[in-house]
Amino acid sequence: MRSLLFLLSALAVIGTGYWAYHENYRTQDELDRVDALRRDIGEARERLAILRAEWAYLNRPDRLRDLAEMNYSRLGLMPLRPDQFGVVRDVIFPIPEPVIQITEPVDVTSAGAPQP
Amino acid sequence: MMRTPLRPLARILEARQKGENPDVIERENRHLRHEQMRDKSRMRAEGRLLVLGVMFFCAFGVIGARMGTIAASEPAEPRATATGASIVASRADIVDRRGRVLATNMDTHSLYAHPQQMIEPERTAKELARIFPDMDEADMARRFADPKKKFMWVRKKLSPEQMQEVHDIGEPGLLFGPREMRLYPNGAIASHILGGAGFGREGVHSAEVIGTAGIEKFYDESLRDPAREGAPLELALDLTVQAAAEEVLFAGMKLMNAKGAASVLMDVQTGEIVSIVSLPDFDPNDRPSPLTKGDASDSPLFNRAIQGVYELGSTFKIFTAAQAMELGLVNPNTIIDTRPPFKVGGHKIGEFANHNYGEISVAEIIIKSSNRGTGKMALAIGKARQQDFLKRLGMFEPTPAEIVEASGGKPLLPKRWTDLSAVTISYGHGISTSPLHLAAGYAAIANGGIAVKPTLLKRSGPQDGARVMSESVAAASRLMLRKVVTEGTASFGEVPGYHVGGKTGTADKPKEKGGGYYKDKVIATFATIFPAHDPKYVLVVTLDEPVETSGTKPRRTAGWTAVPVAAEMIGRIAPLLGLRPEFITGQLEGVVRISQ
Repeated sequence: MRSLLFLLSALAVIGTGYWAYHENYRTQDELDRVDALRRDIGEARERLAILRAEWAYLNRPDRLRDLAEMNYSRLGLMPLRPDQFGVVRDVIFPIPEPVIQITEPVDVTSAGAPQP
Repeated sequence: MMRTPLRPLARILEARQKGENPDVIERENRHLRHEQMRDKSRMRAEGRLLVLGVMFFCAFGVIGARMGTIAASEPAEPRATATGASIVASRADIVDRRGRVLATNMDTHSLYAHPQQMIEPERTAKELARIFPDMDEADMARRFADPKKKFMWVRKKLSPEQMQEVHDIGEPGLLFGPREMRLYPNGAIASHILGGAGFGREGVHSAEVIGTAGIEKFYDESLRDPAREGAPLELALDLTVQAAAEEVLFAGMKLMNAKGAASVLMDVQTGEIVSIVSLPDFDPNDRPSPLTKGDASDSPLFNRAIQGVYELGSTFKIFTAAQAMELGLVNPNTIIDTRPPFKVGGHKIGEFANHNYGEISVAEIIIKSSNRGTGKMALAIGKARQQDFLKRLGMFEPTPAEIVEASGGKPLLPKRWTDLSAVTISYGHGISTSPLHLAAGYAAIANGGIAVKPTLLKRSGPQDGARVMSESVAAASRLMLRKVVTEGTASFGEVPGYHVGGKTGTADKPKEKGGGYYKDKVIATFATIFPAHDPKYVLVVTLDEPVETSGTKPRRTAGWTAVPVAAEMIGRIAPLLGLRPEFITGQLEGVVRISQ
């Protein structure tokens, strides 16, 4: 009886030891993963900052103005003027589209058609 | 365990036969037994003490060893703590009111050299001089060859292309260090507000970025504070409006042959500065060094809108008229005699081009810009009340704008406020303020009589300032300002649909060395509010030494110089601010009805 108790407790010690080491290694792995993620986040943030700076640089008003002037013939962009404000009254009501009377329905499924 | 009896029978019998006392034997045995017991318990106690000692030794040993390793090892961040946002170590961005970037950071590299590690110093110097044309090859070669030099900076900032080229030299003695630099992507736009940034303490691995001027310096501590977690600083400026204002003002400055120009656009309710321009300007990415001699105001670094104090001329007349109405001394229809002579303290007060306007109403005094008319009102108001009113409008202190240069814009006031000072100040001479001061004053008229403090930061609601005049006085003043444009000196200021109201001001420039005024150098100012029937914004345009030469004689008055520029600015800016032109409401008749 007594030796069985010893054996069991020894086995319990071995078991818990194994479990503790196992958990420890798992934690270490997770921490490594967190570190890697954190590094990725840092890099992404850095990249984001650079992209944001680049976006701001490419959209600087001086450049946009020059581009609008260079492409005036194609785009016809001009600075906003007071006379460009419209009034809702001036917008014409949409003309109702003529309703097409369908007398002979046609089957328009593409089933069985050859693939382009 | 063997237990020896206390009275062993053999020895007792033997002792009895010999006639000895058997109790002696018992005592002796008892004594022996006690000694045995004592030895045993001492052994046990010593054993325990030893174990305890070893335990304590181990425990203290572990603590000591841990302390030693912590003290001797490199510090590391705890890995297992769950941090929400990681620490953002870089300087916070500055953005405009709609979140567009005005200042941000960029990672770059610095270049330094370890001359003792160099293999081919001459060739390195030659190659570096090729990459950086502004560096002197001979000087570099001499410094690389110096055996005492262990370390030297070559370049503080490198572009990626330059870095690649330096890398391609293949010299092991050339090393790169990471650097964070401040980038102003919009170039010269809002340069006077942003100021600039430079490096503070520098090391090989990093360098401090510190603000050197403008809002960067004013909020340096707060922008660098890691507790901000990178939250950007939101300004009241609108990038689009600022860019348009700079473009129009620059064109106007060139057209009017002015040497400098400034404009302030301010929200009348909140005091937010939506756009503030000072020309000439500079690129904050490559901030020029300040002038070492001559007049500081000639430098492009000088902020004419906040730092520059000028006599802004007749634009001040509306303050005099408003105060006179507020005190109940006059109403817009009160007739005042503006005929000469009008002498104060032995000085004759004249009019522009020696006009004589005769007996005219207060409204006409403003419309025609009569010096004698406002002078008489000022005398009626009195010196003390005039000072108090101007003080409440913020004309006595530097503006509270959030840039370091703002404290330099302290108004120049007369040392002794005589009757003559009161009269000249009533039409804007003898008091020098910045265009921003004037904008704040006009904002008080525009918003119905509440004094506002100009601010560069985005605000969420109107300011809760002190009331300086009643609503009705402010409305009457606005009507006068509107009439200045429709029938007075600022006829070029009309922008269809926006009902501009404003007041012109042309002041002769005082000579730098004292002794009177220049005859042919003026500061032309136009202070406007728009739309006059329900003002949203105040715009002040100031031109330094403008001259308009389309006529037979050069014209320098604000009506010919600052007013057309301001009108063009309003035409460009108001649509960008989302103001819809109104052609039906807000005509002058409507304004008259409100004022009754």
